[in-house]
Amino acid sequence: MTSRRLFLALLAVLAGALALAPVASADLLTPESGGSSNADDIDTLYKYVLVVAAVVFFVVEGLLIYATIRFRARKGAVASQVRGNTRLEVGWTVGAAIILVILATLTFIKLDEIRNPPDSSPEGLQLADTSRRLPPSGKSLNICVNGQQYLWRYTYADDCENADNVDAVFSYEEMVVPTETTVTLDIYSQDVAHSWWIPKLGGKFDAVPGYSNHTWFKVPAKYGEKPGGTVFFGQCAELCGQNHANMTARVRAVSPAEFERWYEQRRRDIQAARRAQAQAQQTQSESGAAAGSDES
Amino acid sequence: MAATAQASTLTPVPQVVAHRVEREERGFLSWLTTTDHKKIGIMYLVSTFAFFIVGGIEALLMRLQLAQPSNDLLTPQTFNQLFTMHGTTMVFLFVVPVVAGFGNYFVPLMIGARDMAFPKLNALSFWLLTAGGLVFYASIFFDAPECGWTCYSPLSDDTYLPSGGVDAWIFLVHLTGLGSLVGSINFYATIANMRAPGMGWGRLPLFVWTILTYSVLLILSLPVVAAGVTLLLADRHWGTNFYDAANGGSPMLWQHLFWFFGHPEVYIMVLPTFGILSEVLPVFARKPIFGYKAVAASTIVIAFLGLLVWAHHMFTTPSPSIVLVFFMMSSFLIAVPTGVKIFNWIATLWRGTIHYTTALLFSVGFVGTFVLGGITGIFLAIFPIDWQVHDTYFVVAHFHYTLMGGAVFGIFAGLYYWFPKMTGRMMHEGMGKASFWFMFIGFHTTFLVQHSAGLEGMPRRIYEYADIGNLATLNLISTIGAFTIAFGVLLSMINVLRSLKTGAVAGPDPWKANTLEWFVPSPPPKNNFDVIPRIRSVEPMKDIRREVLAQSRVPAGAAAGAAGDEG
Repeated sequence: MTSRRLFLALLAVLAGALALAPVASADLLTPESGGSSNADDIDTLYKYVLVVAAVVFFVVEGLLIYATIRFRARKGAVASQVRGNTRLEVGWTVGAAIILVILATLTFIKLDEIRNPPDSSPEGLQLADTSRRLPPSGKSLNICVNGQQYLWRYTYADDCENADNVDAVFSYEEMVVPTETTVTLDIYSQDVAHSWWIPKLGGKFDAVPGYSNHTWFKVPAKYGEKPGGTVFFGQCAELCGQNHANMTARVRAVSPAEFERWYEQRRRDIQAARRAQAQAQQTQSESGAAAGSDES
Repeated sequence: MAATAQASTLTPVPQVVAHRVEREERGFLSWLTTTDHKKIGIMYLVSTFAFFIVGGIEALLMRLQLAQPSNDLLTPQTFNQLFTMHGTTMVFLFVVPVVAGFGNYFVPLMIGARDMAFPKLNALSFWLLTAGGLVFYASIFFDAPECGWTCYSPLSDDTYLPSGGVDAWIFLVHLTGLGSLVGSINFYATIANMRAPGMGWGRLPLFVWTILTYSVLLILSLPVVAAGVTLLLADRHWGTNFYDAANGGSPMLWQHLFWFFGHPEVYIMVLPTFGILSEVLPVFARKPIFGYKAVAASTIVIAFLGLLVWAHHMFTTPSPSIVLVFFMMSSFLIAVPTGVKIFNWIATLWRGTIHYTTALLFSVGFVGTFVLGGITGIFLAIFPIDWQVHDTYFVVAHFHYTLMGGAVFGIFAGLYYWFPKMTGRMMHEGMGKASFWFMFIGFHTTFLVQHSAGLEGMPRRIYEYADIGNLATLNLISTIGAFTIAFGVLLSMINVLRSLKTGAVAGPDPWKANTLEWFVPSPPPKNNFDVIPRIRSVEPMKDIRREVLAQSRVPAGAAAGAAGDEG
């Protein structure tokens, strides 16, 4: 191939990459993001890889298409009986390896930001010190996420294995969180494997029986500005049975003040419900004892 | 070809025309009782293609259900059963055994052997496969399994899926696995011991190299999944708790055991189709394969690394960082030998004279499609990115790019390339090319948009989805594409049936190919070779043609023309 042809090929690759850019911005080619910095960082890392991948893709496909058109059998054409070229072969082996070293480096650069939660912002919810290890300040709002066929239960507690959690605030399906606050999740399952995933808030993490899994997110303030906050949708991402498709999850991000009101209300509602239940049970057991029967 | 026939009347040295030494056995019973590797190969191919059609119909039903949001064509249970049957069928009953079919038919012919090393074991392999398929499909009359082809515990435990479907799946894994294991040992013994004189390891056809590697990978990985499903069977029926976390077991154990087999399985499926490409491309480019040693060696390197990457299927499970990093790096490494293969194939086409047969079209379609499947594989190997795309339609698209756009296209290339040898008749090229274009365009219509569906948040294995984002449009496009593929496959199937009766008579070497199977008549006689030629290069058939040309007293002009065409 002459140098002019090579130049034209490179130009075509560049044009292809540019043509790809608007499609990518329509978010058909990149993951969901925007709800939390780890989701944004994954999105950024993905875009870096996409650029490298696009170049590789267009070069390889370009060569393939060029070869299949240019070297069609024609009258008088004679196939060159070359059996290999060690220099060339070592070249593309090393080339492929270099591309992978670049990708690995980019990944490791981004990895810390994706994995390690930052501190809550000053305008976030004010939290007491805990012994939790995650953000540098040692403070996070911890929520225990429990997957069960076919819904999610959220318990607002620091120690998910603690039996006292029966009194903790909990909710099903919709998780309410304050903005600008680092929320850490301990993910469990009580029956089969599930997978926690809210695309705009970062990656997915499996809930496997007998194990705990961890992730975090921190929702920017703008999502909590209007009353009622913003809802982020997600659903279970690991096959968990017939209603797997209906095991949805919602995260509603509200301002810290609204969160505190919700939390307090929720706590009182739960206590009231507990008392009512206890009373009902007591009445029932008393009447049961009066009838002289065994446990029913 | 014409030269070969002509040469036979001139008694050339070496003798190139074999003749039948005994009457061909016919009838149903001859198939049931056969130990002839060619008949067994045909039975493999016929039954696996039948399973391919069944698996394809299952896929079409799923695509119909997903054609629009919140559709209620199928119940959730039926949908779960369909994707379980589809995945299991395509993996265990199509791609893996169809390769064994081609291998059975062509490995002995390509290495100059008269049969496989253990003909009776060979028949056993086939009948075990059939038994596995029957046991599995019998479950549709009771309760088909609904745990996906991966059957993750605890979902597959009797607490959650008490029906016999999971047991049918377990027995399918056992029976087909045992069949493959026996078959692999047979391939290994055949290739190691029965090569024609002069065929050293450096002259082994590349397809045979990949079958050898396929066999070793199966021998290494199948016992692990066999153990895994046996533990599952014990958990389900005999009160053990290997996978039960509440009683000291671990669901992660199942995932590790399954994927220790499951990932090599991917290469078990795709490597032999790489081998088919490495045979087809040089023949129709009229050029030797570019870098024979690199292509053969990369097969072995891929297989070795393929044993070290299984936990990249488990990046979202609770696993230590060091595990994630290790499996990311090992998965990266696999891209190197795979890239080497792709560059070597392109270099094989480079400065060739490419003859556009259907087999060549499928091979080039394979390379073009597989490149994209490989590239999305790199995204998946980077575990933070995998956290977003894992278990979504992005993954579904990725593995269909490698296994359908890759392996299945390779299998069709093999079908079009070897059909004349197996039946003695040519396939209809026009119909074949039409079939290719429907399959190729249909394939990309179906699966390209699935990357976007996954990135928009659509998990796999869901029977319905809400009408959010572009999901409705993307899924409709996908469904239209799936039916386009089906039409393409249908054309090829009609082509096969038609060509059996009406195809042009092929003769021994219609493609001017390079390997030894083209030395014998089409279809080959029961004993394959009357005379086993001495092998002098990687392309023994090219040598034979050249020798015949040189020795037959053809007029100088005609000889030059034929030689020129051959390069």
